[in-house]
Amino acid sequence: MPAQVVTVTSGKGGVGKTTAVANLAVALASNGSKVVCIDGDIGLRNLDVILGLENRIVYDIVDVIEGRCRLKQAMIKDKKLPNLYLIPAAQTRDKNAVSASDMNRLAKDLRSECDFVLIDSPAGIERGFKNAIAPADRVLVVTNPEISAVRDADRVIGILEAEDKGPGALIINRLNPAMVKRQEMLSADDVLDLLAVELIGIVPEDEGVLIGSNRGAPVAMDPKSRAGQAFRNIARRLKGEDVPFLDLESSGSLWERIQRLAGRR
Amino acid sequence: MNEMNSLLQIKGLRDGLLVSLDDAPWDVQLAALMSRVDAQPSFFQGARLALDVASQVLKVDDLVSLRDQLSERGISLWAVISESPTTEHTSQLLGLATRISKPRPEESRKFAVEDLGEETALFLDRTLRSGTRIEFGGHVVVLGDVNPGAEIVAECNVIIWGRLRGMVHAGSKGNRKSVICALDFSPMQLRIADVASAAMNPQTQSRPQIARINEFGTLQAENWSPG
Repeated sequence: MPAQVVTVTSGKGGVGKTTAVANLAVALASNGSKVVCIDGDIGLRNLDVILGLENRIVYDIVDVIEGRCRLKQAMIKDKKLPNLYLIPAAQTRDKNAVSASDMNRLAKDLRSECDFVLIDSPAGIERGFKNAIAPADRVLVVTNPEISAVRDADRVIGILEAEDKGPGALIINRLNPAMVKRQEMLSADDVLDLLAVELIGIVPEDEGVLIGSNRGAPVAMDPKSRAGQAFRNIARRLKGEDVPFLDLESSGSLWERIQRLAGRR
Repeated sequence: MNEMNSLLQIKGLRDGLLVSLDDAPWDVQLAALMSRVDAQPSFFQGARLALDVASQVLKVDDLVSLRDQLSERGISLWAVISESPTTEHTSQLLGLATRISKPRPEESRKFAVEDLGEETALFLDRTLRSGTRIEFGGHVVVLGDVNPGAEIVAECNVIIWGRLRGMVHAGSKGNRKSVICALDFSPMQLRIADVASAAMNPQTQSRPQIARINEFGTLQAENWSPG
């Protein structure tokens, strides 16, 4: 079966696109799929750092596009997962080094090679973003439960609809259930109410995510991490499985949990 | 000259010019294009050009020479669109786009309809997301929400069967009798004719409301009751 090309984007920066790509890649690959990640953020590459592959880069995406190396030479194999590969971005170039048709060709070549191609889009709605969504079969829009990020997600979804890429599926990242309960943060329902698109995952706020990113070991590898579990669930949903959403409230005390189970609250 | 010009059609796009050629021999087409460019140098100077070459089969040499000739005249060749796979491949080799994004009806859409009367309305059966701008010379009716960051500018009334959270300007050509109504009325900003107002007092519960210019010349929203 040819690969599914999935682009992760957001509009706003810093909401967790790259983290989401790294974690979904790890989750899919440890589940047996062959995954190739492409870092589309040319000039500001990060995905290699989060995956812990920075020191292995020899060739990058611009080298492939400009014909200085073969595709296979630019695919860096992960340290732990033998079926996870990264095509890193070029750090010394900018977004103009790549065009949408280059991305289409690259994705076409990769389709027969693997099960999933995950593309990490840069922030913004300019050329880099357009390049990243050009080959996508499916687009995941990452947002945080804060008004500015939701605004930008709305804009991005509007562009996706205009480009015939479908409305995309939504990942709500860094949700803090305690803050939602105190009505200090938008709830998942508030976000969905405005954006009115399919929800594919809610990732709780978790310090472990940052620690994992700094170590180059995404949390999706950690079986105990709740954020990791959320990403693993999204990966299964990408494969077409029907996975129930996590109960994010269960971080309360034991007594509260028992009460909830008993249907008292 | 006239006969040659009829070979090609030039159309303005959002991000450049689209020149469509027909199936006449390539050198004839090329000559026609260049004579057209040389006839109006100021119009073409600095333009981004997309070329629709229909089913012409073009080799690398053809396109390189075209690109050079255009760039000598200050025009950058941006895309070559073709039905021929060979040509498409050639233009990809040269790093040219082979597809131009479709004109976006959603964004900055202006509706040019002749002779609009009071009776004309534009009906939009969808939610307007951030970044969408609708301009229309009559009434606008939206069946859906108007999200924050979306804008509607209408010469007459604006009716929203949904939530209004963006910006609406009714009576944009000065019609102070225009009204704006929505089922859930929490606009970012409202304007009717030359009167503007920042967010109306926030709604605790969503009620259908209607905004108009009152006798004091300011904007006022009130509950929208039938009859």
